[in-house]
Amino acid sequence: MEPDRESHEHVPGFRVTRREFLKLTGSGILVFFTVGELPFYLQEAEGKPLPEDFNAFLKVGEDGRVSCFTGKIEMGQGVITSLAQELADELDVSLESVNMVMGDTDLCPWDMGTFGSRTTRFFGPPLRAAAAEARAVLLELASERLHVPVRELTVKNGEVFEKARSRNRVSYVRLTRGKRIERHLSKPVKVKDPADFKIMHRPELRRDAPEKVTGKARYAGDIHIPGMLYARILRPPSHSSRLVAVDLSEAEKMEGVRIVRDKNMIAALHPQPDVAEAALRKIKATFETSKSPVNDKTIFDHLLQVAPPGNVLESDGNLQTGKREAKAHFDATYLNSYVAHAPIEPHTATVHLQGNRAMVWPSSQTPFRAKEEAAQALGIRPENVRVISPFVGGGFGGKTRNLQVGEAARLARLTGRPVQAAWSRKEDFFYDSFRPAAVVKIRSGTAEHGNICFWDYHVYFAGDRGAVQFYRIPNHRTVSSGDGWRGTPGSHPFATGAWRAPANNTNTFARESQIDIMAAQARMDPLAFRLKNLTDEKMKRVLKAAAEKFGWKKSPAPSEKGRGIACGTDAGTYVATIAEVEVHKSSGAVSVKRVVSAQDMGLSINPEGATIQMEGCITMGMGYALTEEIHFRGGEILDLNFDTYEIPRFSWLPKIETVVLDNPNSPPQGGGEPAIITMGAVLANAVFDACGARVFQLPMTPERVKEALEVA
Amino acid sequence: MEEIQFTVNGILRKIAVDGDRALLWVLRTDLDLTGTKYGCGEGLCGACTVLVDDEAVRSCQTAVREIHGKRVVTIEGLADGGKLHPVQKAFMENDALQCGYCTPGMILQATALLRRNPEPSKADIIDAMDGNLCRCGAHNRIVRAIQAAASEMKGGR
Repeated sequence: MEPDRESHEHVPGFRVTRREFLKLTGSGILVFFTVGELPFYLQEAEGKPLPEDFNAFLKVGEDGRVSCFTGKIEMGQGVITSLAQELADELDVSLESVNMVMGDTDLCPWDMGTFGSRTTRFFGPPLRAAAAEARAVLLELASERLHVPVRELTVKNGEVFEKARSRNRVSYVRLTRGKRIERHLSKPVKVKDPADFKIMHRPELRRDAPEKVTGKARYAGDIHIPGMLYARILRPPSHSSRLVAVDLSEAEKMEGVRIVRDKNMIAALHPQPDVAEAALRKIKATFETSKSPVNDKTIFDHLLQVAPPGNVLESDGNLQTGKREAKAHFDATYLNSYVAHAPIEPHTATVHLQGNRAMVWPSSQTPFRAKEEAAQALGIRPENVRVISPFVGGGFGGKTRNLQVGEAARLARLTGRPVQAAWSRKEDFFYDSFRPAAVVKIRSGTAEHGNICFWDYHVYFAGDRGAVQFYRIPNHRTVSSGDGWRGTPGSHPFATGAWRAPANNTNTFARESQIDIMAAQARMDPLAFRLKNLTDEKMKRVLKAAAEKFGWKKSPAPSEKGRGIACGTDAGTYVATIAEVEVHKSSGAVSVKRVVSAQDMGLSINPEGATIQMEGCITMGMGYALTEEIHFRGGEILDLNFDTYEIPRFSWLPKIETVVLDNPNSPPQGGGEPAIITMGAVLANAVFDACGARVFQLPMTPERVKEALEVA
Repeated sequence: MEEIQFTVNGILRKIAVDGDRALLWVLRTDLDLTGTKYGCGEGLCGACTVLVDDEAVRSCQTAVREIHGKRVVTIEGLADGGKLHPVQKAFMENDALQCGYCTPGMILQATALLRRNPEPSKADIIDAMDGNLCRCGAHNRIVRAIQAAASEMKGGR
């Protein structure tokens, strides 16, 4: 294979897409549009040129199908349904006629990735505007055709007709036939008023369910190319290991097995993945592992030692004044351990290289980044790589790095065959970019009547999201150290990264625990204490909504009822959660009986989808609150499968109730992450209410609960 | 190599294969039935669940030799022609899935339960499903879907 050496200044995304797109589209009406906030894009694009004209478009085709071409992917969060609802409603077509083309880098313009609860917030509004623009174009065409002014026309299910004479009508299909109209959305377009919604803001079932319940849905590992080899790659026992000797002879003797050695990579390949695995087991490798004193117990001291000076995220008033006014002082340190993403689908990629062009099917939240990475590993131009995004079997922030794409691409180049690199569960744990271990130190104080008078907050290594408090506190400061969730060099012994609502789980656990501690000292009901110290009406509203649904009865903690409360904001959404637990005092085990969560997410496009995301957040959040923790010795990861790494299962499940506050006149906010942020604090506060034990470290394992009971 | 004979989704298959190979990989790569998923490789997650003689088994822990002469049903073979199995239908109607990766295993595990116990209590359902992991958190909906399927199947089978 000769790498393509033609000199060509590469501009990722839009030029290529435009060329490809012109090739693929026939007649119809096309509306191009741009999404996203520029600063965030610049940060994510890591200095690369950005699309200037558009990074998404929709097409009203002459076949009656309406297609949305977007770089977003579907990993369970449900935007395959909610985006189609937005498009169908604004365009006045049936939901069934909408076709979502997602994460195909040849057909869809550049997108930075699917994460941060950004799709509905930042992709939705321009998509609606583009659909409204297309509708306006179609109405103009209909006006000419029907000889009726636009204002006398209306549309239903893709049919334009005269309001007064409904028999005078023409369909979108007829209007678009043989035409090619391109529009670029530049100025704001008037979109529908919530009162006129027909498809948005109504519960819709998942549109991908028929494929998913019949086994037809394709994931990266389900792609099979004739002649394809499955790769199994030799892995070190630790992140601080170095290969010193290897004997490939036994593996090389196996029939049909190909062993590839290229620099630091050794892989066994075979047309059957299990035979490749058997060959890998025959490789005799010796590694040298450098010892590290850092483990899951010492990590917190280590992090505090290596922490760089903090950045002040915000401050107001004067902490010294606040401290002088305080009648009660509180000083606490909160810890949380490393947590794995553990999607049920491990990282996988299939790569097919033909000449100087390649196709890639990755399990990835960032298909356009995967395209660049594959191109680099293949030694070809990114324009010659097409990434097609299959369904992704869960991401949660963990499928943004695409290491497996580079591996599959490299092996495809070296073997000249299509290659699938599918990580085992152990590899998926080992190479996960964990949610970072983190420390939060809070000093705070209350004056008379439970008024919080100062708040001095310092978070180390979790990240900034959710760190800034929102209570009415006259003297406060919030400081963050450690350069976000990826950490600083020498801080974490392995990779860390964004994990569903990054940083906010840690920050909300610490803040809302501290608030509860202050409420308990003041002998005040924890809900009343919060309401007293809040001026933010939106936060008060979600707290009251959760309390009403729960049937909250006033009482200071510990009331022995086992109820906890916590609130926060994430991705623009406000959330309050109340939980009820039982603590088994002899074992320290916590069982969750009931969880009620209320959120205000502005306009909810698909209330059914929003509810499901809340339920998912509550369930997943119980894991990091109660059991999920990566044990390790230096760079050696000790939890590598679901036997020791316990994620929530059916027998854990509480009764879950959700309230999505109806707020259709506010812009839509995030839905995939917010409710998970409250789960650490709400359960810690419920444990305290049940038995008086305050747990300062997540997860709240039975041992930690028992320890806390001993000092309670 | 040995000759193994079994039916898959009603079709008789004779394959020459190393009998120690896991049924999971034979289904996925030799028979192109990719609805059965790899999740953990150690029988800990249930994503690879299939029916063997109506019982739910973990295909990643089952040597293909063990199914000689038996009946295997995978997610691709659960629907009766174009008609979805009541459990599949109930999963759709209850939105009992998100990413969908654990779904085939969940559906087959539930199908085996309902064959054995057509009127399961909620506790029976939780007990039967507890070894199947879902990371997206669709659990309560899955329980509801299984209850719905049970009532639909009552007497109709």
